Amino acid sequence: MAERLREGVPRRRRGARSAQPAHPLPKPLRGFDLPARGRLRPQRTLHVVNDIANAPKTTIPITPKLVAEHGLKPDEYQRILDLLGREPSITELGIFSAMWNEHCSYKSSKIHLRTLPTTGPRVVHGPGENAGVVDIGDGEVVVFKMESHNHPSFIEPYQGATTGVGGILRDVFTMGARPIAALNALRFGEPSHPKTRHLVGGVVAGIGGYGNSFGVPTVGGEVNFHRRYNGNILVNAFAAGIAKADGIFLSKATGVGMPVVYLGSKTGRDGIHGASMASAEFDDASEEKRPTVQVGDPFSEKLLLEACLELMESGAVIAIQDMGAAGLTCSAVEMGAKGDLGIRLDLDAVPTREAAMTAYEMMLSESQERMLMVLKPEMRAEAEAIFRKWGLDFAVVGETTDDLRFRVFHRGELEADLPIKKLGDDAPQYDRPHTHRPPPKPLALTDVPPPNDYGNALLRLLGSPDLSSRRWVWEQYDHLVGGDTMQRPGGDAAVVRVGEGGKALAFTLDVTPRYCAADPFEGGKQAVAESWRNLTAVGAEPLAITDNLNFGNPEKPEIMGEFVDAIRGIGEACRALAYPVVSGNVSLYNETNGVGIPPTPAIGGVGLMPDHTAMATVGFKADGELILLVGAGHAALGQSLYLREILGREEGAPPPVDLAAEKRNGDFVRAAIRARQVTAVHDLSDGGLLVALAEMAMAGNRGASVKAPVADAETHAWLFAEDQARYLLTAPATALPALEAVAAKAGVPLAAIGRVGGEDLVVDGKLGISVAKLREAHEYWFPAYMAGAA
Amino acid sequence: MKSAVILFPGSNRDRDMVSALTKITGRKPLVVWHADTDLPPVDLIVLPGGFSYGDYLRCGAIAARSPVMRAVAARAADGVAVLGVCNGFQILCEAGLLPGVLMRNATLKFACHDVALRVETQSSVFTSQYRKGEIVRFPIAHGEGNYRCDDETLRRLRGEDRVAFRYADEDGGPNGAIDAIAGILSERRNVLGLMPHPENAIEPAQGGTDGRRLFESVVGALSVAA
Repeated sequence: MAERLREGVPRRRRGARSAQPAHPLPKPLRGFDLPARGRLRPQRTLHVVNDIANAPKTTIPITPKLVAEHGLKPDEYQRILDLLGREPSITELGIFSAMWNEHCSYKSSKIHLRTLPTTGPRVVHGPGENAGVVDIGDGEVVVFKMESHNHPSFIEPYQGATTGVGGILRDVFTMGARPIAALNALRFGEPSHPKTRHLVGGVVAGIGGYGNSFGVPTVGGEVNFHRRYNGNILVNAFAAGIAKADGIFLSKATGVGMPVVYLGSKTGRDGIHGASMASAEFDDASEEKRPTVQVGDPFSEKLLLEACLELMESGAVIAIQDMGAAGLTCSAVEMGAKGDLGIRLDLDAVPTREAAMTAYEMMLSESQERMLMVLKPEMRAEAEAIFRKWGLDFAVVGETTDDLRFRVFHRGELEADLPIKKLGDDAPQYDRPHTHRPPPKPLALTDVPPPNDYGNALLRLLGSPDLSSRRWVWEQYDHLVGGDTMQRPGGDAAVVRVGEGGKALAFTLDVTPRYCAADPFEGGKQAVAESWRNLTAVGAEPLAITDNLNFGNPEKPEIMGEFVDAIRGIGEACRALAYPVVSGNVSLYNETNGVGIPPTPAIGGVGLMPDHTAMATVGFKADGELILLVGAGHAALGQSLYLREILGREEGAPPPVDLAAEKRNGDFVRAAIRARQVTAVHDLSDGGLLVALAEMAMAGNRGASVKAPVADAETHAWLFAEDQARYLLTAPATALPALEAVAAKAGVPLAAIGRVGGEDLVVDGKLGISVAKLREAHEYWFPAYMAGAA
Repeated sequence: MKSAVILFPGSNRDRDMVSALTKITGRKPLVVWHADTDLPPVDLIVLPGGFSYGDYLRCGAIAARSPVMRAVAARAADGVAVLGVCNGFQILCEAGLLPGVLMRNATLKFACHDVALRVETQSSVFTSQYRKGEIVRFPIAHGEGNYRCDDETLRRLRGEDRVAFRYADEDGGPNGAIDAIAGILSERRNVLGLMPHPENAIEPAQGGTDGRRLFESVVGALSVAA
């Protein structure tokens, strides 16, 4: 116990304490001693008298109710008492609640996340930094991450989405990278739910409002609708930036007595407890949590970006960390703990928006567009001049120390005095119990009838909420700023060039929640495989991923089981495809009134291409060219969109993912693109082959004619099944022999199924529809729905 | 040709403009900070797109009062070519270098996509290399591009051949601008403001090269003058 108590005692006081041996050390307050029995007060008095004369003054009694309101369980509070050897002050309690909530501590997920592959020949920094860093050659690196802003976006969609975008951009530029692309993965409730339209409108406007003003092109993403998101929407924001390989900045502080500098916007009372809010379920009163949502200011963020990059260039920065969740608390603790240093903060120096803010409020504020930096003291004047030029606050608010304490002073009072390493290292960690459902049985083909009218079925699919054109969404995003957008939204992956040498990066966000709900393991694999395939389909070499793992309440064993299985699937696919995880975010407790979302592990993939002029796009290019199908299988109708949208059933096993076939087929396609042997490429996913053909026809404004090479009873499966590892290509007939030779040698199934041409999409004996009519169906739903007409 | 791009807090297509000017003129433009009071001698001054001061007040209103804008106005009065794109157009209007104002898009939504534009006049330093009546494609990316002016101003703009570009799509344009106006010239025809982004349409990889000739027109006019 003496050892434990010492953790609560600042070093310089030890001598003083040992000089008073007559006072017996108090027994730390136990969880079960808490006020139910009214013993709190005497206990606390004992501490003040006997324990540490310079422990923070406790003016507010720490009741079990207060502990619970801070999202801390009784055993977690006990851990704090054990760690400190005394009762925490209210500010300290706030700091613990910020550091130990699910959002910041990853306490339920950490042991499982450790199983993911995070290294590779190109990986410079994996998880643990603000964002992942991957080498892209020529002395350059790509820095990227995806993060959720689900809870705030449900409560206040515009501001929730803006601050989600702002946060992820800061994660990227705090490392020294200039953002070059933003994407977002959005899930909403069913369209008929009374809140859905309002949430879609608010989130899309918020993403645009922030990204457009900041000046990053928002180049892609995904939007899904399902009733299981009625009470919990998902807003997952991705950003990527480019930096010089030798110009990466980390949060690890070095040097004792170095100034800790506050940069950016002022601190207000917004967002207090935002991270704790994001670590709990919703109920009917969740709208009352609106004050915990922060307010975004893209103009300040733009200034902060330019000022930070200029400052980094100047050589003045030792360490830098953005203030995200739990603001000043997390950023200061992280910089100190990583550098094995203490941090002393003087809150009187913190620029505030409002008068009379308490230490508690300042430590927990999530005001946006702020950074904390450890500065080279000799560069202070230059650094301050840069921030003044950009009209931003610059204030020295503390210094690094050698005592491993996190000490916070305000108005001459010590408000917190905590062991800095233990705040993070000793956070609770759980191996929560998990149960596993047996995977569902595959649906027999005979159990899925063909449509009465193939043409009608195709039009209904193309016009369904999950497959209809997202033009209404992405035209509200500036996807061109920067002048480097080589492939705009609407293709398999967005492509943004890097410099003038032809190099470009491809980006895609993917997950198929209905697959994950049916079988989290196969669904996790599929999400990774689809992202790999989408990058391949534009001609990029998939480099690495960031994952954004959205799940329900991990305290329920079946939800924890979904999480564990999905991670297992993601890990298996990442290993098989040499496609490591370099950053990520976990969002749990996506539940309302006990109903959780389907498991939604969104995968953000980044790929590299040496020459964007060889990039592939989905549109048909020329009449007479052959349409080639790469890959095999046409049996996976379980969990297909055909089954759901046309037959109204959500059953069966999702398509299994054969990772070896995925790799073989993808490598073949990528090589063909780079050799300029093919003229259009599209991966097969939602809706299967027929939807892919229609999308290629609409994008190229040309028809096509294909013939099903299977028995009549299987034609609907051939057209609608969602078997994995498949692509459609087009190529001039003269290219076929060479492609066939390579495919045969590599064991890649390749079949010519038809030709491009005409104004209609024709499937021999089954349907013939004009491309114009396809487009009408495809473009109708989204704008009509948002206008209240659909 | 020497050019300068003015940088305001919140400008965000300054880099696009610098890149386009470098590629087309073969010379990197000067980047001039908004707080500077003097402007080195240049042949073309560009106010780039963005959200100066966040557009929290009327867009362009604060930037129009930046110290550097006095120098820009003085050069414009001397006949130097001044181009304002998107937020730059809004700033030129707020600074009184062009008439009228840009209001919120009629759809109330930000819009980013290619638009068809009709070149309405060849007689300016910016449009000489286009044909009058030619349809070109530039992208737009704005939430406040709805050009408005009083009847007298509109009559003069038309009568003096000062409408440089009109939206040529069937639906009358993306933002509800009066008379489908996308870009206008000053009385002396040396100041052009337009909402669409020629600087994002200069290479095939960007999806089109129609914007190139706007800059080539300026280069050409200057070499003739020299």
